[in-house]
Amino acid sequence: MSQAQEIAEEMARRSVRTRWWLSAPALAVVFLFAIAPLAVIVLYSFMAKGDYGDVKYWQFSLDGWFSVFFERGLFDDSIGIAQAHVSILWRSVKLALITTVVTLLIGFPTAYFIAIRPPSQRDFWLFLITIPFWTNLLIRTFAIQEVFRNEGVLNTVLMWSGLIREPLKIMFTDLGIFLGMAYVYLPLMVLPIYASLEKFDFRFAEAASDLYANNRNVLWRIIIPMTRPAIIAGCILVFIPALGAYVTPRLLGGGKNLMLGNLIELQFGQGRNWPLGAALSLTLTGVVMLALLVYVRAASKEGRSHG
Amino acid sequence: MFSALPAIEVRDVVKSFGDARALDGVSVRIKENEFFTLLGPSGCGKTTLLRLIAGFDYPTSGEICLHGKDIAGMPPFARPVNTVFQNYALFPHMTVAQNIGFGLEMQGKPRSEIAARVDQMLALVRMETLRSRRTSQLSGGQQQRVALARALAPQPRVLLLDEPLSALDYKLRKEMQGELKRLQTETGITFIFVTHDQEEALTMSDRIAVMSGGRILQVGNPRDIYDNPQERFVADFIGEVNFLAGQVIGIDGRTARVRLAAGGEVVAGLPEGATPVGRATVIVRPEHAELRGPTEQADLRGRLEQVVYFGTDTHLHVRLADQSEFVLRQQNSPRGTADLQPGAEVAIAFKPGAARVLKD
Ligand SMILES: Nc1ncnc2c1ncn2[C@@H]1O[C@H](COP(=O)(O)OP(=O)(O)O)[C@@H](O)[C@H]1O
Ligand SMILES: [Mg+2]
Repeated sequence: MSQAQEIAEEMARRSVRTRWWLSAPALAVVFLFAIAPLAVIVLYSFMAKGDYGDVKYWQFSLDGWFSVFFERGLFDDSIGIAQAHVSILWRSVKLALITTVVTLLIGFPTAYFIAIRPPSQRDFWLFLITIPFWTNLLIRTFAIQEVFRNEGVLNTVLMWSGLIREPLKIMFTDLGIFLGMAYVYLPLMVLPIYASLEKFDFRFAEAASDLYANNRNVLWRIIIPMTRPAIIAGCILVFIPALGAYVTPRLLGGGKNLMLGNLIELQFGQGRNWPLGAALSLTLTGVVMLALLVYVRAASKEGRSHG
Repeated sequence: MFSALPAIEVRDVVKSFGDARALDGVSVRIKENEFFTLLGPSGCGKTTLLRLIAGFDYPTSGEICLHGKDIAGMPPFARPVNTVFQNYALFPHMTVAQNIGFGLEMQGKPRSEIAARVDQMLALVRMETLRSRRTSQLSGGQQQRVALARALAPQPRVLLLDEPLSALDYKLRKEMQGELKRLQTETGITFIFVTHDQEEALTMSDRIAVMSGGRILQVGNPRDIYDNPQERFVADFIGEVNFLAGQVIGIDGRTARVRLAAGGEVVAGLPEGATPVGRATVIVRPEHAELRGPTEQADLRGRLEQVVYFGTDTHLHVRLADQSEFVLRQQNSPRGTADLQPGAEVAIAFKPGAARVLKD
């Protein structure tokens, strides 16, 4: 090997060795805002709980994780599955799934509707869709209460029009939670699907209808498969925050039925059981990562199918 | 399935987009089993007419009949008409075989029949080995074949082809021209073929409709269109042509005697149904004229300005007395035309029937 070559290679090696400092700011941000908080939560979940909240530092304990899944009997030392936690987890997953399905059922047609407007009108419709984002979540949820409650706008109008005699009980029911959640998370579903449909070349739809596909088949065989990545992205964007939601279920559900988010909040508040709260948070993260795994696999399958 | 009814009849169709008229009163009858070509420059309304026939769009006025039946209001999926799109529009999330089978599947054909027909189509377009490929992994020519197979698989009564060859390079285009013609003859399906390439139109078609500005100017077989163009646009768009200004001084049956501005008189054929008086334009194709010596009997005289060698033939540019230019084309022979020098006084004689009067 000639000397010049050696020098060149040594310089290349050196530049690779020094280059990573350039990404130090980004690494610092990732560490500070993503890894460090997560590490704190992991640590807390393995410590003993303090008597008045907080934790007993550096006192290792599995109690937090233990009580995520199990509980001790009140009068003896028998160990049973933590039924309450399991049902709360199940209820939260169910709520998040239903919210995802409802926003998808409303969001896809909405996105489609906007995408087929003349280009000059689309911004206006998008603006309407994003209005809920402009208000604080708490205020928005109180506003929904105002619509749904027994003497609220909806019931007043329906009773005045004579359609119903008794006010519909929506507040403090599961239906109320679903409707509220769907309202809050709808834009997260509409926006990615719209972005995809807006780029969709409707000549594919024409080609399909030319080949004897009726409107339903055009939708199911052409448009939906071709916008699938966006549909999955929208579902993930709704499912993840819906799983941990606590303001909306609490205000619209009246706090009768705890969700995972409420349960976690409780541990850091009245419950004074921070290790359990931390362990529950990590459980939630685990569920979310599971959902993401499903997404990544579906997306990579999509990638492969497109060659 | 022969019937006297035209496969497609278009009657007084107007299509407006806002103020603009993409089609401005189009009427045409396309016969069964015909290779019919719509020829015209970009923007003349070819695609618009195909879209109306396929049902993607509806005429502003006028009607379209398929085998005698008015198809207004019939959605595209109910029309026994298939399209090969200009951009092919192959479904990217399906394989070649799935693309070809899609139409049959939508028609509710049984699986075994679909599979057999897909095989048959793959063989027809010579794509057997690529059946499980994604369409994005195909070359332009292969995509074109798949698009063709996909449109032919459901055995439509009429196949619409929107500039199917324009995206291909020259050699492949020549090859596909032959293949398309073969497919049309073999299947007996009525082809409505759109192109802006006059050579393609002349070599492939049974009949050609020349379009311009949302209108059909002339319909006829390739020979007819080439030899007897009725309007200036048609004459100019197809092949090369010399325009000679003149004055009609007498009419005798289907011919007129015209005094040319460049000097001399010619007898020129008349367009159908026209009896011009006064000013007229006479056309002569470059290869329908011959060079003569200055002393010989001739139709035109002038000075040779330029000699351009083209391999198979030579183009001779002659400046006429009225300062207009006349181009004539001589086929080259091994001995060549070496003796022709720019600046020479020459005479031009028209072959019998070469001169024709235009309508406008
Ligand atoms: N959807 C449309 N909206 C407005 N104008 C259109 C539309 N489709 C076609 N046109 C216009 O109609 C004319 C004919 O277009 P087209 O049929 O596509 O021409 P061609 O296929 O012969 O190139 C063009 O001037 C084009 O701009
Ligand atoms: Mg076109």
